[in-house]
Amino acid sequence: MNLNLLAILPEALLVLLAVAILILDPLFKADSRRVNLGWLAAGGLTLILLISFLAGQPAQNELTLGGMVRFDWFAFAFKMFFIFAAAITALLMMDVDALANRAEAYVLLLAATIGMNLMAASADLVMLYLAIETTSIPLYVLAGFLTDNDKSTEAGFKYLLFGAMTSAILLYGFSLLFGFAGTTNLAAMAVSLATPTVFSLGALLLVLVGFGFKTSIVPFHFWAPDVYEGASTPIAGFLSTASKAAGFAVLLRFSLTVFPQTGSQWQYTLAVISILTMTIGNLVALAQKNIKRMLAYSSIAHAGYALIGVVAASTLGTASAVFYMMAYILTNLAAFAIVTVAGRVIGSDDLRAYDGLSRRSPYLALAMLVAFLSLAGMPPFGGFVAKLLVFAAGVEKGWIGLVIAGIINSIIGVYYYLTTLKYVYLYRMEGEDEESYPIPVSRPYAIALTVLVAGVILLGTFFAPWYDLTVKAAASLF
Amino acid sequence: MQFPILSVIVFTPLVTSLLILLMKPERKTEVRVAALAAASFALLLSIWVFISYDKTAAGYQFLEKYSWLPALGISYHVGVDGMSAPLVLLTGVVMFTGVLISWGIDDRPREFFAFLFLLAGGVFGVFVSLDLFMLFFFYEIAVFPMYLLIVIWGWVKTREYAAMKLTLYLFLGSVMALVGALAMYWVNYQNTGILTFDMLQLEKAGFSGQFQYIWFMPVFMGFAILGGIFPFHNWSPDGHVAAPTAVSMFHAGVLMKLGAFAALRVGVMLLPEGAKQWAWLIFILAMVNVVYGAFIAMIQTDLKYVIGFSSVSHMGLVMLGIATLTPEGLTGAGLQMFSHGVMTALFFASVGMIYDRAHTRMIPELGGMVKALPFVAIAFTVGGLVGMGMPGFSGFVAEFPIFMGVWKTQWLAAVIASISIIVTAAYILIAVRKVFFGKMPAKFEGHMTPISALDKVALFTLVLLMTGLGMFPNLLAPMISLGVQNVLRLLGGA
Repeated sequence: MNLNLLAILPEALLVLLAVAILILDPLFKADSRRVNLGWLAAGGLTLILLISFLAGQPAQNELTLGGMVRFDWFAFAFKMFFIFAAAITALLMMDVDALANRAEAYVLLLAATIGMNLMAASADLVMLYLAIETTSIPLYVLAGFLTDNDKSTEAGFKYLLFGAMTSAILLYGFSLLFGFAGTTNLAAMAVSLATPTVFSLGALLLVLVGFGFKTSIVPFHFWAPDVYEGASTPIAGFLSTASKAAGFAVLLRFSLTVFPQTGSQWQYTLAVISILTMTIGNLVALAQKNIKRMLAYSSIAHAGYALIGVVAASTLGTASAVFYMMAYILTNLAAFAIVTVAGRVIGSDDLRAYDGLSRRSPYLALAMLVAFLSLAGMPPFGGFVAKLLVFAAGVEKGWIGLVIAGIINSIIGVYYYLTTLKYVYLYRMEGEDEESYPIPVSRPYAIALTVLVAGVILLGTFFAPWYDLTVKAAASLF
Repeated sequence: MQFPILSVIVFTPLVTSLLILLMKPERKTEVRVAALAAASFALLLSIWVFISYDKTAAGYQFLEKYSWLPALGISYHVGVDGMSAPLVLLTGVVMFTGVLISWGIDDRPREFFAFLFLLAGGVFGVFVSLDLFMLFFFYEIAVFPMYLLIVIWGWVKTREYAAMKLTLYLFLGSVMALVGALAMYWVNYQNTGILTFDMLQLEKAGFSGQFQYIWFMPVFMGFAILGGIFPFHNWSPDGHVAAPTAVSMFHAGVLMKLGAFAALRVGVMLLPEGAKQWAWLIFILAMVNVVYGAFIAMIQTDLKYVIGFSSVSHMGLVMLGIATLTPEGLTGAGLQMFSHGVMTALFFASVGMIYDRAHTRMIPELGGMVKALPFVAIAFTVGGLVGMGMPGFSGFVAEFPIFMGVWKTQWLAAVIASISIIVTAAYILIAVRKVFFGKMPAKFEGHMTPISALDKVALFTLVLLMTGLGMFPNLLAPMISLGVQNVLRLLGGA
């Protein structure tokens, strides 16, 4: 029996960190708890990232731990993304008082990260379901963490109801698939389901509901704007990046392993969903007046672009989807980091509240410029390369119509991203002198923003090493 | 290893832009000095490239190639030929004069110069790139700072509308061309088994006639939108008018050439069969540009709109020259790109100086400026003579070959297009008479402060180039015809 414990090295370390936080928490003094907890979590996560990166690289693709997880570059790459996103989120949580004073918040964050890591690695339906629940349940709690805030409570509850419903449907789909295939192992299922029937495709649709919820694609996106708006901003950032990427990891692995034939029905299904997701996400984003809601719809639209890579179902397509997720995690985390910093001082998430930001804090405005232009897909930022790669993958496999839909949508996207920058750079605060209302950026935020902005630019300029990583990840699925 | 001069030219503005952003916002003078230093440096280097381009060897020179993303055949590959070397020089000139003109910007000059230099870096990058991916990369870098520059420092009344319109038009064009480029990329892979974005390789891809027929229009038109081609020219006058002076100079002087240049380099040179099949349509559209643009310019009352539409008309001549696919037409197009770039930069600089003092650009309200601003009056008049295509100035040198090429292709078209010459003369002379001569309205008394020494240097540089080129066309023409040879080589015997 194959027992390669290296496959779960990052998860084991995350558990250790969670335990360490719980043990040390009572020892911290009340006035320094906030700082200590935050640095402990962020530092610990960074250390785990380093150790796992150096020691935990897979030598070859192998099914291990009783066939429950697959130890390959695909899982490895996504694990690195999740741990990175968690480290940044830990930094962003530090100055949000309601979160930062509570050790539980960090522990829940780590628990969700463990779940995501396992989602990316699962090779078995049972493991997959457990991983999805391990991710979701801590996130329900985190979304509703601010118990004295009605909106946050609403967000947590809404997220829970949606999650429970889709999870039930997902489980139903899984049990049907098990019934048809007689196995829970993904690779073995591919053999038994080699000739898809109406029933197995029906079961696939049920499964898609569950994945659609995690990736917030249309028509399973309704929870996203309300939850992002209500949850505290760092948590919303984590939900919109890591959690969505975890959904994509599962979607990619599941669809490519269980239905490896190209030209199969699910490709057409996903193509239609992709167009709907981009279009609805972008069109509704146009009308938003609240920056968090706008980012929520924009993140729905981005799921649509990334789906183009999934639909292409080639090595380049998968690599492009992985690259898209990488660029998107960095960019969107940066956007949410800025909303966190500015929101604390401004006390509002209204777009109008961003008037005069470039005069109040020039560097914050620049970071926002980078993040939003990258979301809009402009060079020299990561978003440009990511979009180019998914479009290239689409054109390669002849999905011209899909690519054109993507292009029309990116033009719509440009409109509202630039409009937001207009508030930052052009408009002024009503009758006030902005320079007397500076927006201070505390150290954890400065670190997080610097890392993210540098990362976004790095992905957009020296993209060769990152692309090679995604190709390695993609190749392990074929 | 030779000195990587083209890379230094491209990265000077980009790096300066970053450095400027790191300076303290309140140290405005230092920011301006840094900007001027970088602009002068880039100008000197671009002059050096222009002079030391080896005309006997021809072809692409100053080549540099580094792999960027080898797995997908993306490389950083730069080089100039006879067509692009003058455009690099033009960009250097416009950048230098643009900085001089913008000395007086007082609202966040740090951000202004940083964005302006980002734009300049993008423009340099497009002119020198020999890799299709790199071309798009820099093309987009050249486009998006425009939005910020116009929206923040533009003319209050129309800036938000004009900036968004411009950005969406240009973005639409570039992504249209991008899909075409990706199609070329994959078809080349099918044909040759090589994954590459290198344009020198793609020239040899042997695309089928049908493929070229389908993809030529998206690619050519995608770029030509930035060149202001009819019916997608509408963003351009609005953008010119709303932009602050230096940005108008960049926009009309260099950016529109970017569109025409990329349409030529990617559209015509990579899909020559498609170009031959569609030339008739481009020809007609460009004719509309030339004639219709001139008529619209004549009825404008806002001086900046006059120049905006004159750009549409003059860029139509460039497109017309390209569409003839003849040596004369293409040479004229190359000359016109340079000449028009300098001329229009001069126009916008002059208008900016008048507007800064009079706070109006409405032609009926102006008058008698020749006494208050003699330098501006002379410069504007010289620009006007260039625009009218008077012999002795660069405009004649450029327009004459274009008309020769057009006559060779279709004599009737040449007759129709020549209407524009008369109309152009009319609107320019009317504008010059009304703005600079006659009696100055009393309300301007005392507001007409003389222009600064920096402004004079800028105007003088531009005037010198136009008259110099008019007297000695051989400074530029042989080089352009080398570039044209490079294009004709692909068109095969045309």
